[in-house]
Amino acid sequence: MSERDVSRELAPVKVTLDVNGTAHRLEVPAHRTLLDAIRDDIGLTGTKKCCADGECGACTVFLDGRIVNSCLVLCAEAEGCSVGTIESLSVGGLTDLQEEFLAAGAVQCGVCIPGQVMAAEALLQTNPTAKPAEIREAMSGNLCRCAGYERIVAAIQAAAKRRGSSR
Amino acid sequence: MTQYRRPDNVEDVVRTLSDAEGNGRLLVGGTDLLVAVRRRPLDPLVLVDLKAVADLPPAIEVTEAAVRFGPTATMSDLAADSRLAAMFPALVAASRVVGSLAIRNRASLIGNICNASPAGDTAPALLIYGARVTIVGRAGERTIPLSQFFVGPGLTTCGPDEFVLRVDLPRPADGYRSAFERLTRRRGVDLATVSVAAGVSAEGSITLGLGAVGPTPLLTETAAAVDLEDVDAVEQAVKQLIGIATPISDLRSGREYRQAMIAVLARRAVSAAARSVGTKGPST
Ligand code: FES
Ligand code: FES
Repeated sequence: MSERDVSRELAPVKVTLDVNGTAHRLEVPAHRTLLDAIRDDIGLTGTKKCCADGECGACTVFLDGRIVNSCLVLCAEAEGCSVGTIESLSVGGLTDLQEEFLAAGAVQCGVCIPGQVMAAEALLQTNPTAKPAEIREAMSGNLCRCAGYERIVAAIQAAAKRRGSSR
Repeated sequence: MTQYRRPDNVEDVVRTLSDAEGNGRLLVGGTDLLVAVRRRPLDPLVLVDLKAVADLPPAIEVTEAAVRFGPTATMSDLAADSRLAAMFPALVAASRVVGSLAIRNRASLIGNICNASPAGDTAPALLIYGARVTIVGRAGERTIPLSQFFVGPGLTTCGPDEFVLRVDLPRPADGYRSAFERLTRRRGVDLATVSVAAGVSAEGSITLGLGAVGPTPLLTETAAAVDLEDVDAVEQAVKQLIGIATPISDLRSGREYRQAMIAVLARRAVSAAARSVGTKGPST
């Protein structure tokens, strides 16, 4: 731009996206992350904001069927996409996976747990009989400040067992 | 202020970049770019999203003679492709250790090389396979070997009005074998302290791609064939090849440790390659 067109620079981006089956039309600044849009514009606060740098996995959501760190996706990039958040999992009550997290005592402060559950759900959908090594590998992007890793892995193993036997 | 553009054709991408006068940044996965944007939200960056561009090459296209990657190929796409695993095991192994699963679902192969990090995970493998990079800009397309693409840490020959349209890998010749080795401080979500991709041909020539031991990823090749069964000969050859490494000290490692480990990893990568099953060439 030779003459800076300030109105264009500051104009919000119009975005239409589907979150948990509901269409949303938003107008957001270009730098608004999908994470902030989900929490602040749409009001679904189950998805957590922790590092906001792609390091911890607290913000994990499904984007067109694959898990992503929503702090590393712009809301504008999600135009036409379908997003699944932690709220979508338990509409009919707790899932088997969430029950196992509780049963294993894997939830301490709870901040990392929505992200852990989403990442574990993604793993079990593609690999319902995941072994501990595969679980640790698949969960390596989800940090737990309370260091509940043993119990988190145990919970996922238990859920894998349940899904394996119900097939 | 950050701006966002979503062009739908290549010509428009080039025009948007040139209008941005050096502030344009190509956006595919955003796993590195958006971290930088967050740190400097007031920079006048124009983010040019490539994901809606209709006339890009497909993410992964396998033909008789080569494999072509478009800008939208993600690490997860590579990691899941069994055709690639057979032909380019070092590249697929590298794509599987980038970040975490959520990162790999977004991070693109071409974005990884355009960042030109000396520690970039996929560059050593792409180098040994003879990757060629096609760059498009106002003046049209130009194609160069990947080894000439990197200029320095974070620097490439790609100009501000240009972008990488595709990367082509020729199919390896009959009997070519390869492997990837990487050293990190911890498993998962860490950058490489040292990484090595090794390729050995049926005739016994050795090619190494070295990561995190120079200002750019490095490519080096033996002048003559080596008897891969002869441990001392391989050791000698590797020692000579890694002479081009000029590691520095940083938060992940000291210089001396890198220097020592590059030799270990290179030997391991060569022997893993030599032991592996070779590929079939394009003729069969
Ligand atoms: S908040 Fe997104 S990875 Fe930590
Ligand atoms: S339960 Fe507290 S961070 Fe994981």
